[in-house]
Order: sequence, then structure tokens, then C-alpha cells
Amino acid sequence: MLRIRNAKKSFGDQVVLDGIDLDVATGEVVCLIGASGSGKSTLLKCIDLLESTDDGDIWLGDTELTDPALNPDAARARIGMVFQSYNLFPHMSVLRNLMVAQRAVHGVKKADARAKALALLERVNLAEKAHAYPDSLSGGQQQRVALARAVATDPELLLLDEVTSALDPLLVGEVLDFVAELKAEGRTIIMATHEMDFARSSADRIVFLADGQIVESGAPEQIFTAPRQQRTAQFLARHR
Amino acid sequence: MINEQSTVSARQLERLAYRRKRTIRRASVGALSTLLVFALLTWVVVNAPGWSRVQATFFNANHAKDSLPFIWDAFWLNIRLFMVTELLVLPLALLIAVVRVVPSPAMLPFKILAAAYTDIFRGTPTLLVVLLIGFGLPALRLAGIPTSLFWLGVIALTLSYGAYVAEALRAGILSVHPTQWASGRALGMSYGQTLRKLILPQAVRRVMPPLINDFVSLQKDTALLSTIGLVEALRAASVYQAETFNFTSLAVAALFFIALTVPIARVTDWMSLRAMRRQVGG
Repeated sequence: MLRIRNAKKSFGDQVVLDGIDLDVATGEVVCLIGASGSGKSTLLKCIDLLESTDDGDIWLGDTELTDPALNPDAARARIGMVFQSYNLFPHMSVLRNLMVAQRAVHGVKKADARAKALALLERVNLAEKAHAYPDSLSGGQQQRVALARAVATDPELLLLDEVTSALDPLLVGEVLDFVAELKAEGRTIIMATHEMDFARSSADRIVFLADGQIVESGAPEQIFTAPRQQRTAQFLARHR
Repeated sequence: MINEQSTVSARQLERLAYRRKRTIRRASVGALSTLLVFALLTWVVVNAPGWSRVQATFFNANHAKDSLPFIWDAFWLNIRLFMVTELLVLPLALLIAVVRVVPSPAMLPFKILAAAYTDIFRGTPTLLVVLLIGFGLPALRLAGIPTSLFWLGVIALTLSYGAYVAEALRAGILSVHPTQWASGRALGMSYGQTLRKLILPQAVRRVMPPLINDFVSLQKDTALLSTIGLVEALRAASVYQAETFNFTSLAVAALFFIALTVPIARVTDWMSLRAMRRQVGG
């Protein structure tokens, strides 16, 4: 469903993506691992058109995302993205955070948007916080709301950019549990993460990036127990 | 609060007693110094060589009573001027601020105009704008240009304050973190939707205190319109003063302006405090 060929991106002299090839099938969960600055976040932002790609093609289904004539809003509406820093809308209640894109982008009726938002809050165990404002929630709660907000519009593809990196270790679990649930629902997810245990247990495939290139890609067991590349082994040894 | 004395250690009781004593000491120091400073100020003013003359010419109770209804009638004009101007300033400023922020290339000529507008009207003294509009605009003899002094005054103040308020709003828009834009766009919302639903509400909330400050200023600056012949509170007070050779009416006019601005200043304080508490997390 997602096909990336030879994607390149530089910021000035700094090459961030140096010819990425990646295919993701429907229902697949791909974990991107790699040191900070290896290009994980940039790759996700290029897919969501929050950054422009310098060269290469990115296709979402039959849509070429790298087509300059493409309406980026329509493409982004098909993709959900969650950030490290939650980025909830602080002037809206939790419930309205989950309703705003449903209403504004997808034209969902108010009652339906509300019902869906409440059902999602129920699932992330935050139903009682529906009318609270984001500032009054813990980091883990905010990130669960952010995840719920991203799936409220039923995107075809979900991009998670280090969603647990800003969290207290104790709160990481509650967020990852929900990600695991989303995987069980059959959602297609690309996730940049430093949570190696989660990547190992939940990903269908691990992609290891370094210096803007895919060094190695494969099934979790293979990557974690028998990496083929020395750089992968070195990276994993440091993240044990 | 501690309900059962028995659960509190002896050391904690000592601490509580110490804090109580310190609170009393601080309160008495505050009261004493306030009393001293105010007494000193009063003494200096009352013992000034010209005090009795100042009292008679600026704070005369009879003249105050006489001029009060006259000035009140005129002050009603200040209130109307201020309210109409404020209602016009807000949409104008919002339009200017948004035009200056939006990156659309089709907007370029309007962006240049908006930037020129803010530069010119923020750089020109309000009194000068009032005089230029008040006397210059009717002299153009263009059809459709109002000739009533009220509307000329409103136009002058709107143009002048629109520039200040536009800059406050623009600063507010730019102060909203870029990640808010990113998450709006990531949800598929267009630039306009993101601006309208996510960025502007946050921006307006942030600049509320400086915005209200501008409006307090605007209330006072309605007095500038006395220069083009509007009989508002300051002009009425001057007329009374010219007739009676007593300045009490000016002090009365000042009181009217103060009475209008003080409540608004307190509201601003309260709002800033609330915003601060919210950020700390409440």
C-alpha cells in the first residue's frame, strides 16, 4: 500500500535521506530503528508531506504523494500522524480534539463524530476525561488522546514518530498497549521508535536506518538475534 | 489543615507558631510603611506653598458638583466613540494580521499594503492622524466620505489603533508553536482551517492582556478628538474651565476616564493570573 523508491532529502549540506526504498503492505507494522539523526523522523514527515522530498517517488496506493500537483490536504487526510510531543490542541477539550478533523476534513455529522470520539476515549480508558483540557492530563494520557485523535478519522496509514520518547518509563506501557491494539485491529503502521522490546514483540518487520540509508531490514527475530550487518549488531548492542 | 493536634509533632507545632509570628510581623511592617509613606506624601502636598490655591482651583466641591452633569453628558460621547471604534478595530486588525501571515503568493500586493499600513499608522502620532483625518479627509470633497465629526473621529482612531492591535494579533499568531500547525495539517486540515480553528483561538487568548491594554489606551485617546471640535469630556471640561476660570472640571473629567479604565485593568490582571495558573497546571 506504501511504496517508496530512492527517496532523498537534504537540509543544506546535510544528507538526511540517502536513497530509501521501502514497501509496506496493508496491515503490516513496520518499526524504524536507528540512532537520533538517522532519518527516521524525516522519512515519516516526507510520507505525510510535512517535508518535501528532494528526489524519488512515494506512492500511497494509487496516489503518487511526490506529485507536485497533488492536493496535499487530501493526501494527509488519508494518513494519521502522531508526534513525540503529543501536540494536542490546548484550547479544546479532549473530546473536541478528537472531533475537529472528523468534522472539518471528513464532514462527519456532529453526533456521529461525538459518538466515535467517545468510543475511542472509552478504549484508551479516558472516557472520564472527555471534557478535560489537555494541560490537565499526564503525558501518557495526552499521548493516548493523540493516538485516538489520529485514528478517529480512520486513516489508511498510521505514522508514529517516537510516540513514547517524551514519556516517563512508567507511562510508556499504557501508550504501547494501545499501539498493540491498533495492530491487532489490522491497521497499517510505520513507527519510529527506541523501544526495542516493543519493536521485537509487535513489529512484523524491523528497518534499521543509519545515515539516511536502510542498513538492514527483516523479521524482528532475525534482526535481533542474527543481524547480518555489523552496524546493526553494534547499534543493537548499545540499545540492549 | 490540621484537625488533630495530637498527630502533630512538637517540632511541627514550633514551626507553625514561628510561621504565625512571621505572618503577623510582615503584615504589621506592611501596614506601618504604607501609613508612613502616605502620611509623608499628604504632608508634602498639603504643606506646599501653593496648596490652598491649587485646592481652590482644581478641587473645588461646588464647581465639581456644577460641572458634573455637563461633563457626564459629554463623556457619554467618549463611551460611544470608544465602543464604535473598538468594534471596527477588531475586524480590521484581524484582517491585517492574517493577510500579513498568510503565505499565499496571490496575497502579495495585499501583504505589501498591510505592512505599509501598519508601518505608517504605528509610526504616526495618534494626534497627528486625528488632525489629518479630521481636517484633511473632508477637504478631499470625495463622494461618500462622512462629514460628521463623530465618524471622522472614529475613522482616525480606527486607523491608528488598527495598526497596534494588528501587530499584537500577528505576534500572537507567530507565537503559537509550529507543531500546532503541523498537527493540524497532519490531520488533513487545510491552511485556512488550521488557522481559523486551531491557531487563531490560541493566538487571541495569548494576546488578550496586551489587547485590552490597547483598548484602555483607546478609551483615553478619545479625548484627542476634542482637537477636531468634538465636544467630548475633555472639551466640555475645558469649556467649563474657560467660563469659570476654575480647573475643577478637568479633575472631574480625569475621574471619569479613571473610573472607566480601572475595572478593565483589574480584569486584565485577573486574566493574566488565570493564564499563568493554567500554564503551571491547575
